[in-house]
Amino acid sequence: MSGMTKKFSFVDVIKYLILILWACTTVLPLLWVLNNSFKESNEILLNPMKLPSKLSFFNYSQLISYGNMNIFRGFLNSLIISGSVVLLVLLFGGFAAYVIARFDFKLTGIVKIFFTGAMLVPAFSIVIPSLVILRKLGLNGSYLALILPQTAGLLPFATLTLAGFMKTLPVELEEAAIIDGAGVLRIFFRIIVPLSIPGLVTAAIFVFLWSYNDLFMSLIFIPIREKQPICVLLSLVSSVYGTNYGAMMAALIITVLPVIILYVFLQEYVIKGMTAGAVKG
Amino acid sequence: MQILKNKKYAIGLLLPALLLVSVFIYYPLFATFYYSFFDWRDFSNYKTFVGLNNYVQMIQDYAVRKALVNTFIMMVCVIVFQVGIALVLALIVDSIKAGYKFFRTVFFFPVVISGTAIGLMFYLAYAYDYGLLNAIMTAFGGQKKVWVTENSALIMVLIPVIWQYVGFYFVIFLAALSKVPHDIYESALIDGITGIKKAIYITIPLIWDVITVCISLAIVGTFKVFDIVYVITGGGPMDASQVLGTYLYKIAFTGQNQGYASAIGVLIIVLGIILSTISNKLTERETITY
Repeated sequence: MSGMTKKFSFVDVIKYLILILWACTTVLPLLWVLNNSFKESNEILLNPMKLPSKLSFFNYSQLISYGNMNIFRGFLNSLIISGSVVLLVLLFGGFAAYVIARFDFKLTGIVKIFFTGAMLVPAFSIVIPSLVILRKLGLNGSYLALILPQTAGLLPFATLTLAGFMKTLPVELEEAAIIDGAGVLRIFFRIIVPLSIPGLVTAAIFVFLWSYNDLFMSLIFIPIREKQPICVLLSLVSSVYGTNYGAMMAALIITVLPVIILYVFLQEYVIKGMTAGAVKG
Repeated sequence: MQILKNKKYAIGLLLPALLLVSVFIYYPLFATFYYSFFDWRDFSNYKTFVGLNNYVQMIQDYAVRKALVNTFIMMVCVIVFQVGIALVLALIVDSIKAGYKFFRTVFFFPVVISGTAIGLMFYLAYAYDYGLLNAIMTAFGGQKKVWVTENSALIMVLIPVIWQYVGFYFVIFLAALSKVPHDIYESALIDGITGIKKAIYITIPLIWDVITVCISLAIVGTFKVFDIVYVITGGGPMDASQVLGTYLYKIAFTGQNQGYASAIGVLIIVLGIILSTISNKLTERETITY
C-alpha cells in the first residue's frame, strides 16, 4: 500500500519506459524513411541516421516519370478505384442492410448466413476463377476489373455492420413516412441514410483503407501499368528503381501520407471502422 | 408496416449485393474446387481432367510443406507475441495515470498503413548498405551483417507481421478493460491483491472471452498474410519464408499452373474453415456478465 501514496513510483517509471519503447518502434521507422526521403542517394549511404544537409526534393521529383511508372498517376488510380468501391459498397450494402434490419421474413435469415459465409472465403483461394469471369465479361484492363471484386469482397462486412447499426434506429419516422405515402427508396434516402451517417462513415473509412491498402487483388486484376493503384507500384519500386533508395523512400512517403492524414483527423472513426465487428459492444 | 412485408421491395434492394457476392465470391469458390481436378496451364482454353493428381502433387511438394509449416509457426507466434504483447501493453496503459489517449493513437498507427508499405519499410531497414539495422550496428561499433538469409528469412518477415497488428488487439483489449467494473478492483485492493497478481487472477479471467476472440481473429488472420512477405522476400530464399498465399500466387502467375494453384486454393479454404470452426467453438463460451 505504501507505493500508492507516492506520486511516481519505480513501477510507474518501468511502465512508461516499456510503453515509450513500443511507441518508438511504431513511429521511428517511418520518421527514418521520411528523413532519408529528403536526401540524395549518396548521402543516404554515407549517413543513414543523420538529418539531411540540405532539404532536397529530388527524390520526389523523379517519381513523376521513371520508365512507365508514375507514382502520382497511381495515386489518382487509387482514388478512382477506392472511391468507386466505397460508393458501391455503401449503396448496395446499405440497401441490403436495410432489408436485414427492417424487413421481417425467412429470407433475411438466409441472407445473413449468405454474407457471414462469404466473409470466411479468403481472397487468395478464389482469384483464378474471378480472373476468368472478368476476362469473359471483357473487363480485363479496366478499373472495373478491380472495383467489382473488391466491392463483392467488402459487401458482406459492410452489410452486416450497417444492419447492426440500422436496427438501433427508431422506427417511428419510417412509419410516419409510410402513412404519408412515401416509397421504399424515398424512405431509405430521406430517412435511413441521414440517420445512419455515423455508421456509414465508419464503414466508409474501413472500406476505403482496405481497398487502398489491398495488394493481392490489385496485383492480379489490373495488369496495365497506367491503371494500377499506388500499392502495386509501391510493391514494384524495389525492382524498378534498383538501388535508388531515395526514390523508394519518397514513394513510400507518398503512399502512406494520405492514410496518415486520414488517421490523424478521423482517428476515432478509423479505429471504430477497423475494429468494428471484432468484438460486439 | 405493410410496405416492410413486401418481398418484391426486399428482393429488389438485396439484388445488387447478392448478385455481386454470388458472382465474385460463391461462384469462384465452387469453380476453384472444379479447376483443382484439371491440368490447366497459362489460362489456356484447354483443360485436361486429371482427377486427384494435383492433390497428390501437393502432398509431395516441398514448398507446400514449407508454406504449411511456416503458416503454423506464424500462427503460434502471432498468438503468443501479437496477442500477448497487446495484452501486456493494454494492462499497463489501463493502469497508468496519464497518456492513455497518446499511446492508443501511436500504437494503432501501423494498423492503418498497408502491408506493402510496411514490407518496403522493413526491406529498407534490413538492407545491407544503407539499412536502419546496419546503421544502428555500425553506430554502436559493430559489424554490418546480411539480415535476410535462408535461416533467418522467416523470422525477418514474422517481425513486421506480428508488429503491425499489435495495436489492433491492444485497442480491443483496452476497450474490454475499460468495461471491468471498478468495485471488483477495489475489493481486490482490500484483499491486498495488486500488480501482476491482480492481472493474472482478476483482470485476465474477467476479459477471457475477449482474449479468445482475439486469438481466433489472429488465427484466421495468418491465412491472409501476403503483402509483407511478398515485398520483403517474395517467399524466398529457397522457399524459406514461403506462406500459402505467396506460394499460390507464384504457382498461378509465375509458374502459370492454374490447376495446381486451384488445389492450393482448396487447401487454404479447407484449412480456413476447419480452424475458424475450432476457434468459434473455443469462443462460444458464455459471455461474462457483471
